[in-house]
Amino acid sequence: MTQSEIEAIIERYGRKESSILSILQDIQTREKYLPREALEYVGEKLQIPLNKIYRIATFYRALSLMPRGRHEVCVCMGTACHVRGAQRVLDQLKLELGIAPGETTKDLNFTLETVNCLGVCAAGPVVAIDGQYFGKMNPTKVEGTLKQFRSDKKKEAADGKA
Amino acid sequence: MGRLSSPQELEKYREGIRRRRDPHQAFITVCGGTGCHASGCHAVVDAFKKVIQEKAKGNGVGLRVTGCHGFCERGPLVVLHPQKVLYQRVKPEDAPKIFEETVLNGKIVESLLYEHPTTGEKIVSEEEVPFYKKQMRIIFGNNGSIDPAQIEDYLAVGGYQALCKALFSMKPEEVIREVKKANLRGRGGGGFPAGLKWEQCRNAPGEIKYVICNADEGDPGAYMDRSLLEGNPHSVLEGMIIGAYAIGAHEGYVFVRHEYPLAVVNIGIAIQQARELGLLGKEILGSGFSFDVQISRGGGAFVAGESTALMATIEGNVGEPRAKHIHTVISGLWDRPTNLNNVETWANVPLIIDRGADWYTQIGTEGSKGTKIFSLVGKVNNTGLVEVPMGITLREIVYDIGGGIPGGKKLKAVQTGGPSGGCIPESLIDLPVDFDRLTEVGSMMGSGGMIVMDESTCMVDVAKYFMNFLKDESCGKCTSCREGTRRMHEILMEITEGRGTLDHLDLLEELGWVTAEASLCALGGTAPNPVLSTLRYFRDEYKEHILNKRCPAKVCRALLKYRILSDVCTMCGRCAKACPVEAISGKVKTKKEKGIPFKIDEQKCIKCGMCFESCKFEAIEVQ
Amino acid sequence: MIPITIDGQPVEGKEGENILQVALDAGFDIPHLCYNENVKPYGACRLCLVEVVRRGRSRMTTACTYPVMEGIEVLTQSEKVLRARRMIMELILAMCPGDKLIQDMAKQMGVEQVRFKKDDNKDCILCGLCARVCDEVVGAHAISFAFRGDRREMVPPFLGEAMNCIACGACVVVCPVDVIRMKEEGDERTIIRWKRTLKMKQCKVCGNYFAPWFQLEKFKERAKLPKDFFDVCFTCRG
Repeated sequence: MTQSEIEAIIERYGRKESSILSILQDIQTREKYLPREALEYVGEKLQIPLNKIYRIATFYRALSLMPRGRHEVCVCMGTACHVRGAQRVLDQLKLELGIAPGETTKDLNFTLETVNCLGVCAAGPVVAIDGQYFGKMNPTKVEGTLKQFRSDKKKEAADGKA
Repeated sequence: MGRLSSPQELEKYREGIRRRRDPHQAFITVCGGTGCHASGCHAVVDAFKKVIQEKAKGNGVGLRVTGCHGFCERGPLVVLHPQKVLYQRVKPEDAPKIFEETVLNGKIVESLLYEHPTTGEKIVSEEEVPFYKKQMRIIFGNNGSIDPAQIEDYLAVGGYQALCKALFSMKPEEVIREVKKANLRGRGGGGFPAGLKWEQCRNAPGEIKYVICNADEGDPGAYMDRSLLEGNPHSVLEGMIIGAYAIGAHEGYVFVRHEYPLAVVNIGIAIQQARELGLLGKEILGSGFSFDVQISRGGGAFVAGESTALMATIEGNVGEPRAKHIHTVISGLWDRPTNLNNVETWANVPLIIDRGADWYTQIGTEGSKGTKIFSLVGKVNNTGLVEVPMGITLREIVYDIGGGIPGGKKLKAVQTGGPSGGCIPESLIDLPVDFDRLTEVGSMMGSGGMIVMDESTCMVDVAKYFMNFLKDESCGKCTSCREGTRRMHEILMEITEGRGTLDHLDLLEELGWVTAEASLCALGGTAPNPVLSTLRYFRDEYKEHILNKRCPAKVCRALLKYRILSDVCTMCGRCAKACPVEAISGKVKTKKEKGIPFKIDEQKCIKCGMCFESCKFEAIEVQ
Repeated sequence: MIPITIDGQPVEGKEGENILQVALDAGFDIPHLCYNENVKPYGACRLCLVEVVRRGRSRMTTACTYPVMEGIEVLTQSEKVLRARRMIMELILAMCPGDKLIQDMAKQMGVEQVRFKKDDNKDCILCGLCARVCDEVVGAHAISFAFRGDRREMVPPFLGEAMNCIACGACVVVCPVDVIRMKEEGDERTIIRWKRTLKMKQCKVCGNYFAPWFQLEKFKERAKLPKDFFDVCFTCRG
């Protein structure tokens, strides 16, 4: 992300302290994480010390300091999903992807995340991949759901298996 | 259309919209709420678009993608107007048939109708479906018929009429008086009287005042605010403008969760359209009253829904609550008088002004007036959003509207109030639901999550679930809350993994007490409720985990044992294939070979339940 | 002056003061860990809980964050207060069981044992004093809380070396549990916890290394002091 791109985001919200979260969210949306240089640049322009920006960046779940995968797999752990077996769906995803929530696969294809409620409670358990909702999930549906998001090589392998 | 500069101009504009709309004209609504998205309504919309383009040939059949209708369980939902025929679980390939038969020929497609679960009778009209019948959809009802991105739809159903009334025939004090008389209580959790809050804010010294709409709906299992903001954003906006007028505020914020992208978009469109028509901005409708609204997105923190933390977030600080010895109506956002209400509270305001407090107070109970929208979810047949008058019993909600528990299982508890609430046992099923009664039994109204739990739900696990949630979502400032929730979670882990002691129960109660009493904000103040309420009503279940190392609901994994019944096993080998850790051995029976019944190696078993799930012959037993 | 009562005794406080300060000044003993009169009260440790009775209604609150208001009654030793403090003390003791001050405070409150599981590698009680002094008094903004809930930590940005730290040592002094350590070797000073090592300046008179260059330059810049202002150490300057 270039400085002029960051500058454009800053302009959109105004050079004031209260713009900080919106600015960080927009950088996050674009880059899928917050690069350190971007935070330092924003801090300088908004006159906010870096320790405060770091604090904000680590406080909110929507922000990440680590690069993310191409696809974000988000497992809803809301109460309605929980009583319908969300934990087992998560366990199966962990097994399939070989990573824990918050982590990204080595090939940078998937990031696994949990969220405390997606607000699609009636369809629980729900998994959202890149914002697309998959309702009424269960462990046996996991592999098939992931398939369309696999990188090509893995996809072939999965097809072969199926 | 430019800015409207008087109430007369608005009425003329409204008349124009209504005249252009023939009430007998056929139109199709497809629910575009998030629940229906998850079941594929997008493809259904596309299919209808195609059919209309090909076959309608200019006969003016309209298609409207609306907000959430509430009956998410049966989505995608399609309603045909003007007859109000409800088709449920509609697939894209049904679109041509629906068009041919119903729209063009007025015939019903039987296979898509809702079937009464007990009588088997097919129900044609939306209003006759039991799920809708006992509801009173005064706030939520318009969701099903308006396109949230069209202000004209909202105006056609009488939108911004209440605003006109407030601005041109009521003084600010009269508006407050009306809201006080209606006894509107905050729908966000605490149930504080909104009118009183408005009055305090109006009377607070200071030129600049703010109003905020809290749409940071964080309670897991609750999504009514999402659906209101997505489905009928103008009703919320209208409420805010009326409130701002009453209070004397000229700036407002809508604080929305970032997890609700569609809500952010729809309220943004609504604000833009309202500005263009002069319903927002300088001199609204030529009245001399000015007010504008900005959107602020949350960053994904439950605690930021607490009023002071929310204000800190808008100011650009981390979302940590602060002490409220001086209330936010006096010193809130940027230390100025600030009035905050949640989405549903604001949406009630136009109704109260339009129809009057006398009408409004006919609905509900002594201390709780009006309706409440609940998200009825969990182990219940008809999951979805339901709007009911205050005072309706839990039984009516769960059985009459919700259609009871799936699979013939027994109701065990209803959890209300989100992480701050509690579990109400089946024995209290006839409890009338209102603010005060829920608090009396150790739970609370909260924002309206209602999670139904059956006998396969473990209450210790539920308590553990909420403590896990809260220890993550606590801001972490107060020792009592951060360490209290963490330690309660730790103890619940011990209990659910078979290492619990009876002393743990006392320690849980003491920790619960201190977390509530010693923490600063409402998150800590109510955090122990899930633990304390389950200890109060389900102590035996805790004891069963501790003394007999057994989870009666068969949820707590460490206490479970999976076994294959060799005499039932058909030697199909499905379980062995499903097992992720190769803990199952045996030999598949074929035409040629005899096969060996399958067995689970307890040492290797990780108790994931995949074998149980995969077995088609009920040959796997869980203990 | 604003009249209040503490445990039945009439006491006076000034506008803008908090109950804890007034009580401590008047000789009452209220345990506290995250309070320091040089920075804004924060209310993190929760040990200074008291009961405040106002307009007939009693509630428990931290004394450090409650402003003195006319006519309030403060109870520092009620049964409820002592019960809550004991549990909080136990929770704090569990966070850093090896610290002498915490052990002594616990003992004094009658907390003999910790009933929770042992934590690994924890020592900080997350009172936030170090960062508040660094932000509000020193103005270096070198460290802050990060993350939330039970993952909360006090760290330099990006968990590496605290690049804004001037190694002044104020955090070392205010830390109640003594987990921020400083070491001086030759012409270098290191704040171990923040991974920050800086060169020190030598006094032109006595030859002692007396403060980090970086710190002195920052101070000069901020206070617009003459270039040679810090050539001589504080002792030699008299």
